Amino acid sequence: MSESAVNEHPVKTLREALNEALHQEMERDSRVIIMGEEVAGGAGCKGSDEAYGGVFGVTKGLGTKFGRTRVIDTPITESAIIGAAAGAANTGLRPVAELMFIDFIGVCFDQIFNQAAKFRYMFGGKARTPIVIRGTAGAGMRAGAQHSSMLHPVLTHIPGLKVVMPSNAYDAKGLMISAIRDDDPVVFIEHKLLYETKCPVPDEMYTIPFGEAAFAREGSDATIVAFGAMVPKAIAVADKLAKEGIHCDVIDPRTTSPLDSESILESVEVSGRLICVDEANPRCSLAADVSAIVAEHAFSSLRAPVKCVTAPHTPVPFAPVLEDAYIPSEAAIEQAVRETLGGR
Amino acid sequence: MALSSEALHKVYYTMTTIRQFEERMIKEFMAGNIPGFVHTYDGQEAVGVGICTHLTDEDIIGSTHRGHGHCIAKGCDIEAMILEIMGKQGGLCNGKGGSMHIADFDRGMLGANAIVGGGPPLCNGAALSAKTLGTKNIAVSFSGDGSSNQGTVMEALNLAGVLDLPHIFIFENNHLAEGTGDEYAVSGDIANRVASFDIPAVKVDGLDFFAVYDAMEKAVEHTRSGKGPYAIEADVIRFDGHFIGDPQAYRGEGELDDLRANKDCLKIFRKRVTSEGLMTDDELDMLDAQAGDAIEQGVQRGLAAPQPAVEELYTDVHVSY
Repeated sequence: MSESAVNEHPVKTLREALNEALHQEMERDSRVIIMGEEVAGGAGCKGSDEAYGGVFGVTKGLGTKFGRTRVIDTPITESAIIGAAAGAANTGLRPVAELMFIDFIGVCFDQIFNQAAKFRYMFGGKARTPIVIRGTAGAGMRAGAQHSSMLHPVLTHIPGLKVVMPSNAYDAKGLMISAIRDDDPVVFIEHKLLYETKCPVPDEMYTIPFGEAAFAREGSDATIVAFGAMVPKAIAVADKLAKEGIHCDVIDPRTTSPLDSESILESVEVSGRLICVDEANPRCSLAADVSAIVAEHAFSSLRAPVKCVTAPHTPVPFAPVLEDAYIPSEAAIEQAVRETLGGR
Repeated sequence: MALSSEALHKVYYTMTTIRQFEERMIKEFMAGNIPGFVHTYDGQEAVGVGICTHLTDEDIIGSTHRGHGHCIAKGCDIEAMILEIMGKQGGLCNGKGGSMHIADFDRGMLGANAIVGGGPPLCNGAALSAKTLGTKNIAVSFSGDGSSNQGTVMEALNLAGVLDLPHIFIFENNHLAEGTGDEYAVSGDIANRVASFDIPAVKVDGLDFFAVYDAMEKAVEHTRSGKGPYAIEADVIRFDGHFIGDPQAYRGEGELDDLRANKDCLKIFRKRVTSEGLMTDDELDMLDAQAGDAIEQGVQRGLAAPQPAVEELYTDVHVSY
């Protein structure tokens, strides 16, 4: 779809885009179910049945429309949620399971990495586990260390999982529809600070293939690879530098597993400069992974050392001043780009 | 007891197949023909067979690391199991699973599971599918006294109760979690724990096939008719170690001899059916021999089968990075 065609579409927030994708997929395929904490709205209380719709409102209205046999409010029981979703996926349903915060993966990690992720391979190709695990992620809401992590590096490390991380509303809808239709387990990471971001999103259904990066900006002076909520920041930096005549590719891989390393390598082969921007902690991160891929396959194209702009290797702090310092800033991205260009 | 003569033959054939299968796996392991870790089910045959006799291919079971007996009871092909356990081409998972990861979706066998407590949450999912799709199928999870202590099992029990899932939880209490006794490791009582979730839970003598069979009949009646989850705790023993090669130093003096002499579920079955005139020793011996022949044939095919092609390393997964 061309840029101009996209722009004729109604503007929607990322939250609305996801909600629309879920509505349309549930309408299209009766095997799609949703389960999680308050995804239908809440249960067993005296007040409204629609108090929530997921704590961030992404699943709002689905319970009323499709009924509570398909939009299932669960207790706070992450292992049982993911386990039931995986077992249901093995036996005919296509569940979308919500982890209110991706940090809660700690209490159900076995069901994800030992169970769902391994079934297809471990059972010799006979098992299908079409489950989407949605989780909100990321710092910036003063939510503290246990509600703010970016765990995509941990998940990307696991064979058998697909890991999706949209940076805008348009991609979020197309990637969610692809995720629901995929026969492998998909972890769908939603950055909290992106829910209110908006862009034109078509009303009709469309898919975005996994493993296909988007070039958010194009330029041959440097290659910025940014993930999730770092993409808008990288775009802002690229737009600023463009006014000075420095033109950068801004690559949004959109999925970290599979990863479109080909697009990254092609860009670096032209620019000779790589800046990786990732909100995750640095060790064994996507920033480190992309750096290694470039070092291995495009070393001779590099004209400057690779720069990684990441969070520090600490948990996410609470105090606003500390959290702001934790999150990679536009200034840090800009400085890194300039350093690869020899201080221009 | 509603079992026909034909059904009784099948029950005993399945039980003796499991026993001889495990004894043969021990022999082949010791001979170096089986790689890795193998956990045998011998001693617990009356449970697996008493439970699975009530199930169809569309009903789903979730098993454990000690899963050979559940597989055989659910109808998995023993030759394909042997190929899998030996890591050979043509195994039930093409040699990629092994003893601890045998699955056979065509037989409703959702998989052996080498994570203690890993299976019950998944079986809730199978039960959820059955309920949502309106199939009237049920799910059955096998757990041990060991996994009864895992949080995942508690969570699965609670969610099964909350969502009224058609899921029967079987707890095979063989009183040993690896080398730790249940008197030490289980605070309280498994069936009582389950009952506190408002899920009907009964205890049964797991050495008595007929007791297990009767208990499961009631459980299936309850669960298949839409009344929600159910649980059975079977008091049972295991004849061998946690794994093949386990020296079992945790056993008391004479304990194993006593188990084999007095707590052998096959002997108990034989005594019952012969004393009641339901089957003769000759019939039972013939079934023993038939099962032995089938296993012999499977082992010979397994030994002769080719290894998986090395290219198989890279298949059945979305990224070969």
